Amino acid sequence: MKILVVDDEEDVKSLFEQKFRKEIRSGQFQFSFSFSGEEALTYLAAHPSEVVMILSDINMPGMSGIELLKTIRRDHPSAPPQVMMITAYGDSANHDQAMQLGADDFLTKPVNFVELKEKLLTIL
Amino acid sequence: MDYFLVSFFLIQYIRTSLQTAVNHPEWEKRLVFARYFSIAWIATFYIAEEPFWTNWVWDIFLVWLIVVIYRNEVFNSLRTTAQTVMPFVAISIIRDFVKGIFPKFYEENDSFFQVAVAFAFVLCFFVWFYARKQMKVLQKEREDRLREEQASRAQKESLEYLVNERTQELTMQKEELQRTIEELKSTQNQLIQSEKMASLGELTAGIAHEIQNPLNFVNNFSEVSAELCTELEEEIEKSELAEEDKDYIKQIIADLNQNQQKITHHGKRADSIVKGMLQHSRLSSGEKEPVEINALADEYMRLAYHGLRAKDKEFNAALVTDFDDTIGKVNVLPQDLGRVFLNLFTNAFYAVAEKKRKLAAEGFSSDYKPEVKISTKKFANKLYIRVTDNGTGMPEHVKAKIFQPFFTTKPTGQGTGLGLSMSYDIITNGHGGVLDVESIPGERTEFRITIPVSEPISQS
Repeated sequence: MKILVVDDEEDVKSLFEQKFRKEIRSGQFQFSFSFSGEEALTYLAAHPSEVVMILSDINMPGMSGIELLKTIRRDHPSAPPQVMMITAYGDSANHDQAMQLGADDFLTKPVNFVELKEKLLTIL
Repeated sequence: MDYFLVSFFLIQYIRTSLQTAVNHPEWEKRLVFARYFSIAWIATFYIAEEPFWTNWVWDIFLVWLIVVIYRNEVFNSLRTTAQTVMPFVAISIIRDFVKGIFPKFYEENDSFFQVAVAFAFVLCFFVWFYARKQMKVLQKEREDRLREEQASRAQKESLEYLVNERTQELTMQKEELQRTIEELKSTQNQLIQSEKMASLGELTAGIAHEIQNPLNFVNNFSEVSAELCTELEEEIEKSELAEEDKDYIKQIIADLNQNQQKITHHGKRADSIVKGMLQHSRLSSGEKEPVEINALADEYMRLAYHGLRAKDKEFNAALVTDFDDTIGKVNVLPQDLGRVFLNLFTNAFYAVAEKKRKLAAEGFSSDYKPEVKISTKKFANKLYIRVTDNGTGMPEHVKAKIFQPFFTTKPTGQGTGLGLSMSYDIITNGHGGVLDVESIPGERTEFRITIPVSEPISQS
């Protein structure tokens, strides 16, 4: 399963790579990383229909996670990938907006990796 | 006869115009003597059947009078009067002289001399009379002036009274304005202070957010590193290294593992502090949740206590709790009620600390035991919470104002005057309850919260 992680913090990459080391080695998960919303859209355009799951931060400089979500839902209406939003602001307003715009799930930082792993496995 | 009249009236005139009886007693005596002399001499004149030589004595007497008037400073103002007498005296002397030395010539011009003397005599009295009249006019003028002066003085006094009255009014107004300015100043200070506190709250929230992200990385990476250590240990086991080397490597790995765990532990600690900061600065969501009241009260009591301890290492107070264990969870606004607890406990600890400080300043601190007590009770669908301290207490006029916004007895910078007013608002408007206070100055203060509990909450 190909997963695209979108976050402006570059250390997220090594964190995910280490947290999901076993899954990556066994080929269960395949991670790609983008460090901004714009970069994520470019990646999606270059690799159409590859990505199954997008994990996106909301608060990013430039294009925010919410805008990214809107664009994805507009541009890929037929076969949309699953989108999971991750944010430090776990208030209901953020949550409701994300869900209304078509997010499949909503997580708050700090990410509970045990929970995330379970969620990813059920989708798989 | 004319001599006597002139001398007698001259002497009288001197006495009355200068008030010698009062002002110059020594002269009074002489003048009275001179008067008697003139009376005696006129008597002698008539008794001796009008001898001519008495004229000489009169002449000498009058000249002497004039000389006396001219020689003494006391009679300065009478010189003009003396001048009026002079023609009479001079003519009289000339007449007497002529009469004594050239009796023949005198006989021939007798009428001429008589007329001259009479004329001088009349002139004398005429001038005196005129001078008297003049003086009376002057006197009247002086009296008028005096009356005017009195009138103007009365006017001046009434004006002065008015001025005084106005001055007093102005002074009172000034004092009132000064008081108002002082009140405004203190209000301004308090507003600035509360503004500072508000911006400090925002800053705290901002800092907390900023710290949370890097802190998440610290925690996540340390966790993953600990996992890696465990994996590494397993891999070492599979390898074909000498047992000795394996043990050594394992030992290093164990240390690494322990370090990672320490990093995780302290990271989690920092995380809980940041979470507390965020929670404290967040606005009330306005939704009630079931909350363990006893736990909440206890938590904030300790928070307030340690908050004060952090500032004042000397500070120390007994924390007494009297919880009703049957309360369980009650539907309240937890953050708001937490603020109320924090305010009440902070005030209670402040009061006992103040009392201790005062007693120490007076020199008998040994037997005072600061104590802050919280008690809870649920009874007839009502929740009763009491926060009691044996601190400074407060007088009636302070008690009347404590729930007013911006009222504080603490020095500026130590209290915003918003704590109790906010607490009052939270209890009355937020929870439909009652917040009141009872206090004995110098002994104790008790805050009582009563909150209606609408439905019994299940303890599941």
